[in-house]
Amino acid sequence: MRYLDKEAIENIAIGAAFLGTGGGGDPYIGKLMALSAIEKNGPVKLYSVDEIEDGDFFIPAAMMGAPSVLVEKFPRGDEFVKVFQKLANYLGKDKIAGTYPMEAGGVNSMIPIVVAAQLDLPLIDCDGMGRAFPELQMVTFHLDGIPATPMAITDEKGNIGIFETIDNKWTERIARAATVEMGASSLVSLYPTTGAQIKKSGVHNIITLSEKIGAIISSKDRDPNEKLEELLKLVSGYELFQGKIVDVIRETKGGFNLGKMNLEGIAVNKEENMKVHFQNENLIAEKDGQVIAMTPDLLCLVDYETLLPVTTESLKYGKRVRVLGLPANEKWRTKKGIETAGPKYFGYDYDYVPIEELVKKVVAKHV
Amino acid sequence: MYKIGIDVGGTNTDAIILDENRNLIHSVKSPTSLDIKTGIEKALRNLLKEANIDRTKITHAMLGTTQCTNAIVERKKLARVGVIRLGYPATASVLPYTAWPTDMVGKLSGNYALVHGGYEYDGQLLGQLDETEIKTLLEKWQDKVESIAVVGVFSSIKNDQELKVRDIIQEVYGEDFPVSCSSLIGSVGLIERENATILNAALCKVIETTTTGFAHALEEEGISNVEVYLCQNDGTLMSIDYARQFPILTIACGPTNSIRGASYLAQIKNTMVLDVGGTTSDIGVLQDGFPRESSVAVEVGDIRTNFRMPDIISVGLGGGSIVREDNGKITVGPDSVGYKIGQEALVFGGKTLTTTDIAVRLGLADVGDKSLVAHIEEDFAREVLVEISSLLEQAIDKMKTSSEDVQLVLVGGGSIIVPDTIRGVSNIIKAENGNVANAIGASIAQISGQYEQIYIYSKEPREASLKDAQEKAVKQAVLAGAVSDTIELVEVEETPLAYHPENATRLRVKVVGKMQ
Repeated sequence: MRYLDKEAIENIAIGAAFLGTGGGGDPYIGKLMALSAIEKNGPVKLYSVDEIEDGDFFIPAAMMGAPSVLVEKFPRGDEFVKVFQKLANYLGKDKIAGTYPMEAGGVNSMIPIVVAAQLDLPLIDCDGMGRAFPELQMVTFHLDGIPATPMAITDEKGNIGIFETIDNKWTERIARAATVEMGASSLVSLYPTTGAQIKKSGVHNIITLSEKIGAIISSKDRDPNEKLEELLKLVSGYELFQGKIVDVIRETKGGFNLGKMNLEGIAVNKEENMKVHFQNENLIAEKDGQVIAMTPDLLCLVDYETLLPVTTESLKYGKRVRVLGLPANEKWRTKKGIETAGPKYFGYDYDYVPIEELVKKVVAKHV
Repeated sequence: MYKIGIDVGGTNTDAIILDENRNLIHSVKSPTSLDIKTGIEKALRNLLKEANIDRTKITHAMLGTTQCTNAIVERKKLARVGVIRLGYPATASVLPYTAWPTDMVGKLSGNYALVHGGYEYDGQLLGQLDETEIKTLLEKWQDKVESIAVVGVFSSIKNDQELKVRDIIQEVYGEDFPVSCSSLIGSVGLIERENATILNAALCKVIETTTTGFAHALEEEGISNVEVYLCQNDGTLMSIDYARQFPILTIACGPTNSIRGASYLAQIKNTMVLDVGGTTSDIGVLQDGFPRESSVAVEVGDIRTNFRMPDIISVGLGGGSIVREDNGKITVGPDSVGYKIGQEALVFGGKTLTTTDIAVRLGLADVGDKSLVAHIEEDFAREVLVEISSLLEQAIDKMKTSSEDVQLVLVGGGSIIVPDTIRGVSNIIKAENGNVANAIGASIAQISGQYEQIYIYSKEPREASLKDAQEKAVKQAVLAGAVSDTIELVEVEETPLAYHPENATRLRVKVVGKMQ
């Protein structure tokens, strides 16, 4: 167990936005909420997965809805107090032993910190994605057959709903509809899990990893190349491209931001080009017409000089970026993982190939 | 008939006189004083003494000043502000003044309250306003605050609650009590809009001193019957009354005046402008003669805000930038000899190699003594020029919205260091009298009005929505001092909101008219 202080939270916010691969919302408001919560309630206790009891009971906490609403109407902060009690009663449990994030990303990495501070609950060092994805069933617990419900949903007005659904895709549909009625943003507690389930099906040490990533990115007075090297080593990643955004084509479909961007190579990639397809999150990258990374592997865009993560909303002409590729957690590379969040699910006609192999192929071709 | 334009810059305060045909009659430059006020007075005095015109024929006086910016940066003369946020219990997880520098919160007294009210994203009521709650609060704040900021959740969609609260405050504290409503100041993003509104409220005393001080300085010089205006950062003017309500809009009017003055001198309304000073260069984009607005959060005095600001980037490159060679690697700036260039640059007998020396060595400019730079190797000088080019290329590229080449108008005292060709630029136009472009920008400005709201086209058809927004913008322009029958529509921006099921659109309308 260790305590998370202000500096840790600043770093987690940056690292989680990095792992958010372009999605996951505006990290600024999320960070303010978390900092305010520990200012008021004191630092949060972070437990590693090895430190929790198999038989104990845990509930993740997350926000659902439009990032553009969240920047205007954010939570009161204590919504989860009532929701956690209700859900515990419903499940017949007298104690909830801790909470954890559903995904990495600017906002949802921070919400569980708020909850842990408010309820004086342990925060567990794991999540259900190891990155960000847009839908509620795109979670490693789902891959292992754990149901998303019973789940609770609430808003800042005090409305509370408890759902039991027939499968996890229905959870997504019903929760999405309720979220719109609640004013296009809601707070959700779903995938109630035991310690044993977390140990088997969660993505472990993700908060610590986010913190380490953030610490490297925010370290001052260092050569960007040296920082990058350290970062890539930490996440077993690759620098796929150094480029300048020359074109961003967007469309909105069903509440999601879809699109692609074209990058023109700079520095080591002069005369080359890259295309990145995104749907909230960055999903596919093609270098000179050849696929070099695909979902569920992570495609992170960072600022060319500061290495700060770049969100999909802030893409614009002229921005200089580095495109980094990271292997996804092994759980996503299983048959069910690829079915749930692979290229075909998002409508791209590719068979998933791990980034390690794609990178080798492209390099071999160049040689 | 004459107009006077004064622009306060970081180094110099410039003053000019234009006649009714906008011919430049006279211009002076004098150093900006620490308190700004005496610098303005001095520039005005010198201008009138040297120009020798009939003072009774001066009809308008325009001032572009940094007094509000300085007050925020230096934390001086700020009012004690009370913040009323409408939306409770929503938004309680991040309170007003979160992430503010603590010395600033202290200066502003840190009073705030979260009360019931606010709207949802689609204009439905989030919370009902409670008048008794507001009045009880005002009783508590009596004599504790000098100005109030009112901020409602989604007030950019519906702002009647904010206006109602303003009425209540002025009913209780008197009708002259300064109240800033967030819907009239910032855009969507509660924290950033709230911060901008608090800053606006905090500036009420500074703007009072600024405006009365300027009127007083004019009177001292025997100029009494003039219309007095302040420059705002969108390149238009506001009347004194309007400025008292929206002092924050004076922030960054200087760079705006420069790029607008440049476009006026070059007679081009759609262009990129490069203003090269001694230490930095500003790059801005003009669309139909007005600066493009920034679309991202802007920090003012370390406080994150989202009020209207010109989209201008600064690079650490100017006529005084220091040139160095280290292990064969050439660097230019960002440090500069600044205003000491007349003593420190090689061509003026100094010891520091600057960009101006390189320009003289290559024959791009003829200032100082060129024999003092004859020893510089030509190859080296060319390499420095390539570095200057590449700094400018990158900065210009950041301001572009597509990969096409752009036209560039060049102004400013340091512009001699700019090479004749820059990659990504189709042609460079050097403006005459470019050294006082800022004061010219101040004196040619017109008066604008702007209105922004989210409309639901399925409920209120597009035509009706446009008409409504335009009427409200015209009202703003008239309030700011425009003649109503000269007002024209200059900008309509429609942004569809993706998450909204009923075809909601954020509509922003801007109108411009002549001054009285």
